Amino acid sequence: MAVCVAVIAKENYPLYIRSVPTENELKFHYMVHTSLDVVDEKISAMGKALVDQRELYLGLLYPTEDYKVYGYVTNSKVKFVMVVDSSNTALRDNEIRSMFRKLHNSYTDVMCNPFYNPGDRIQSRAFDSMVTSMMIQVC
Amino acid sequence: MASERAAALCNACELSGKSLFVLPHTDHLVGYIIRLENAFYEHAQTYYYTEIRRVKSHKEFLNKTTHQLLFVRHQFKIAFFSELKQDTQNALKNYRTAYNLVHELRAHETNILEIKTMAGFINYKICRLCFQHNTPLDAIAQFRKHIDLCKKKIGSAELSFEHAAWMSKQFQAFGDLFDEAIKLGLTAIQTQNPGFYYQQAAYYAQERKQLAKTLCSPEASVTYPSPDPLETQTGALDFYGQRPWRQGVLSFDLSDPEKEKVGILAIQLKERNVVHSEIIITLLSNAVAQFKKYKCPRMKSHLMVQMGEEYYYAKDYTKALKLLDYVMCDYRTEGWWTLLTSILTTALKCSYLMAQLKDYITYSLELLGRASTLKDDQKSRIEKNLINVLMNESPEPEPDCDGAAVKTAQKLWADWVSLAGSNVFTVGVQHLVPFVQCKAKFHAPSFHVDVPVQFDIYLKADCPHPIRFSKLCVSFNNQEYNQFCVIQEASKASEVLENLTQGKMCLVPGKTRKFVFKFVAKTEDVGKKIEITSVDLVLGHEAGRCVVLNWQGGGGDAASTQEALQASRSFKRRPKLPDDEVHWDSVLVQASTMVISRVPSISVHLRHDPPALTNEMYCLVVTVQSHEKTRIRDVKLTAGLKPGQDANLTQKTQVTLHGTELCDESCPALLTDIPVEDLRPGEQLEKTLYIRCGTVGSRMFLVYVSYLITTTIEDREIVCKCHKDETVTIETVFPFDVAVKFVSTKFEHLERVYADIPFLLMTDLLSASPWALTIVSSELQLAPTMASVDQLESQVDKVVLQTGESASECFCLRCPAAGSVEGGVATGHYVICWKRTSAADSLPAISTAITLPHVIVENIPLHVSADLPSFGRVRESLPVRYHLQNKTNLVQDLEVSVEPSDAFMFSGLKQIRLRILPGTEQEMLYNFYPLMAGCQQLPSLNINLLRFPSFTNQLLRRFIPTSIFVKPQGRLGDDASIAAA
Repeated sequence: MAVCVAVIAKENYPLYIRSVPTENELKFHYMVHTSLDVVDEKISAMGKALVDQRELYLGLLYPTEDYKVYGYVTNSKVKFVMVVDSSNTALRDNEIRSMFRKLHNSYTDVMCNPFYNPGDRIQSRAFDSMVTSMMIQVC
Repeated sequence: MASERAAALCNACELSGKSLFVLPHTDHLVGYIIRLENAFYEHAQTYYYTEIRRVKSHKEFLNKTTHQLLFVRHQFKIAFFSELKQDTQNALKNYRTAYNLVHELRAHETNILEIKTMAGFINYKICRLCFQHNTPLDAIAQFRKHIDLCKKKIGSAELSFEHAAWMSKQFQAFGDLFDEAIKLGLTAIQTQNPGFYYQQAAYYAQERKQLAKTLCSPEASVTYPSPDPLETQTGALDFYGQRPWRQGVLSFDLSDPEKEKVGILAIQLKERNVVHSEIIITLLSNAVAQFKKYKCPRMKSHLMVQMGEEYYYAKDYTKALKLLDYVMCDYRTEGWWTLLTSILTTALKCSYLMAQLKDYITYSLELLGRASTLKDDQKSRIEKNLINVLMNESPEPEPDCDGAAVKTAQKLWADWVSLAGSNVFTVGVQHLVPFVQCKAKFHAPSFHVDVPVQFDIYLKADCPHPIRFSKLCVSFNNQEYNQFCVIQEASKASEVLENLTQGKMCLVPGKTRKFVFKFVAKTEDVGKKIEITSVDLVLGHEAGRCVVLNWQGGGGDAASTQEALQASRSFKRRPKLPDDEVHWDSVLVQASTMVISRVPSISVHLRHDPPALTNEMYCLVVTVQSHEKTRIRDVKLTAGLKPGQDANLTQKTQVTLHGTELCDESCPALLTDIPVEDLRPGEQLEKTLYIRCGTVGSRMFLVYVSYLITTTIEDREIVCKCHKDETVTIETVFPFDVAVKFVSTKFEHLERVYADIPFLLMTDLLSASPWALTIVSSELQLAPTMASVDQLESQVDKVVLQTGESASECFCLRCPAAGSVEGGVATGHYVICWKRTSAADSLPAISTAITLPHVIVENIPLHVSADLPSFGRVRESLPVRYHLQNKTNLVQDLEVSVEPSDAFMFSGLKQIRLRILPGTEQEMLYNFYPLMAGCQQLPSLNINLLRFPSFTNQLLRRFIPTSIFVKPQGRLGDDASIAAA
């Protein structure tokens, strides 16, 4: 499943970023960071479309040889980025969508926490375990 | 003639006539050339067509089991000829078939390079043609298929770098093709542009480098084999992709393993000489150029980081630093601290290896800072190095550096040590995230000039160990204050950086240090802003080597804005700290303050009686009393209309100090800097101002008192300028309303007057002022068209009017001329001279002129007037004389009749017709004999003018009385009794 999951603040700094421990963490950081180019572009292309009609899921941001990067943006411009192994062809668009929805729900829970200050880095066990569940190899 | 010669020529050359092309000697050869071109083209077409046919006929004899390789060859040939024939569709089709055939070949370690080489060639051709046909998606799909098929075909493990190189080449070639297509008009998008292919090519090039590094580092004893196994007799290969030492061998078995080994070794040794970094950097820079075009700033930054790292590996540290430095701020502003730390770490290595002092210090500052994600032990090491550098010692080498480079670097550092000169490095830290944070805060947004200006500098260190600094100084926009705001510790250089936790010059990690500064503002700076332009913190010793951390403004760095925002949003309880400590987040930067004048200790009172009356000399008494402890001098008063109001008010308002004479237009609306004598403590003075307001409405008046006083502050004597102002809004109203009406001599309202016939002008002056008014005099100034019947004497002189009271006057006038004037005849002016009853005698009276209304004058043909006593008495004769005046130039015929009345008997002509000559007068005499007492109707006189039917009796009644008071019949002696009563 996912090899890296990131939550990016409206101002484009990372709120949460986690990748599989087996690989170079820095690589994923760069990958998520560069994917923001595409996210920015997609958001600006959406322009002034009505908020309720807007699709939050941005789809495949850009493919690399080894990974696929997907994006999702909330109405408050918080971005979720997920990196998936290219070889994992079993993963359908719909599943990615539902993973993002799960992520969004969990993020909403974090935001609902009165002790969480929006804009701070996310340090939540519930969120952590949810991300872990998304990163477990299914096969 | 010509055709004959042509035929002869053709004959001689055994050519058909068609093949002869004539090029004449003219300037216009285009047509001939096109003809020639077409002929060549046709020939070429035919040639390639036959070539294709030839190859195809060969192909028919092939069979799949034994001639598999030839299938590919033939297919490629057909495709290639088709391409030359400019039949690109067929060419593409044949190339595709050829490509599929290549992958049908059995791949083995021995031929895999050949297969890949061929596949690469054919793939290149297919992609090129697809772009040419404007089907870029086909090209991309083909390329993806190609890569997916070949990715795993690594071949010999010992030569795996060769595969990586090949992969890199594939991506690069495709990138080139893509780029070329774009230059010819194809549009690429952000997520699909040549940059991605160059980037991937660079990654494979890096992989190649890695593999080469592990595979091609034999011991020093290994030498290049001789004879060279890569040498061929012809100097070139017969077939692309084959090994030079076994060309044309189809068998999968290795006939000579020893030879194979030598060959591989030769390739490995050759690979060692390849400058990989150069290849990688070229590819990366290609990719950067592409991503720049397609709005991918972050991708660009990432690639530049990789370029920088590659330069670092290539030991070109200058270039590496330049690139890394360039992108650092992008990551810093976006707050990607992990990435920034990684870049900084590389940059620190570069600067160490080059012994670039300033860069080394700058990167250390930031790596020790809170944005750095380094572990504490790393930070400790860096801090120690930094302290060493500042003490003019060599730092420890950075980990994972190339050994040889470290040796060179150590030598360079040693040179620095021996130089030991004084070198000061100033680092502007507001764009970095240094390990010392700074906030400057004035105690108040403004300070009075007689109070010392105070501010705090808060410092906090984020490094793992306490650090000492040698100097802290603050610069202001007015540099004269700089000297007062310096903290310096005079200590020997060696002591400066010792890790003492005591002492005021020491910053303990995580603790907020506060430094209070105090200085006296200059009196010239009153009304100005004092701004902290920079804060300098000096680490190390100024005599030796030191670094100046320079914050522009009141502190703050690249990360502090966001942190402050987060802190302001946060509602987390901050743990309680001892009283003398503060929370860093709770300190807000306040980098500027205003110097304001000293609080005045005088009172200004205004005494006046509002509202002001139009045009009067309104008296405003200003009382200034000093409450100062010492004598005040240079007291100046500015008073008048407050500036910034309606411009018209300025012209209609005058202020003067002299109330005895009326002020005119030349007086200003604002009197400035009226000198007033000095005041001793407690003393008070009064100043009277006169204001003349020409129009009604409200005005704001300003009374501003300024003075100088000498005070002592912080044992220094300063002269302060203080001022106090008062504003007052004064309403101006009309003092009175004047109503004018015209009435007949019978006090009947007149809409028009009749020429030459006297009428009355009544003026009514109604006081609207809340204060009593004295009418000094009044005067009627008649227009030339009017004449007075009797003396025009004022009847209201010296009259005092209270609010709401009115004074009336009555003048009897006559309008002599009787030209019919449009809009009536001017009457004149009514001038009233007045003042407030309460005003001092010395104040002049104000004269207000009122223009009287115009009146319509009409001529009448006949004027009748009556002479009769003021009263009658019952049964006593009452003589009445009517004067009939002809006012026309005509002889007038008229009928006069007198109608009897119940109250009178009368004698005289009851009915008569008479004639009056122009300008003359006829008298009619009657004797009325009253019968009843009281106000009685007189027998009415009716006159009928034959020439002027419009002259009615109605009009007549205006001139003559219609009734009279008749007293009852009295007894003699009555008068005496009345007189007695």
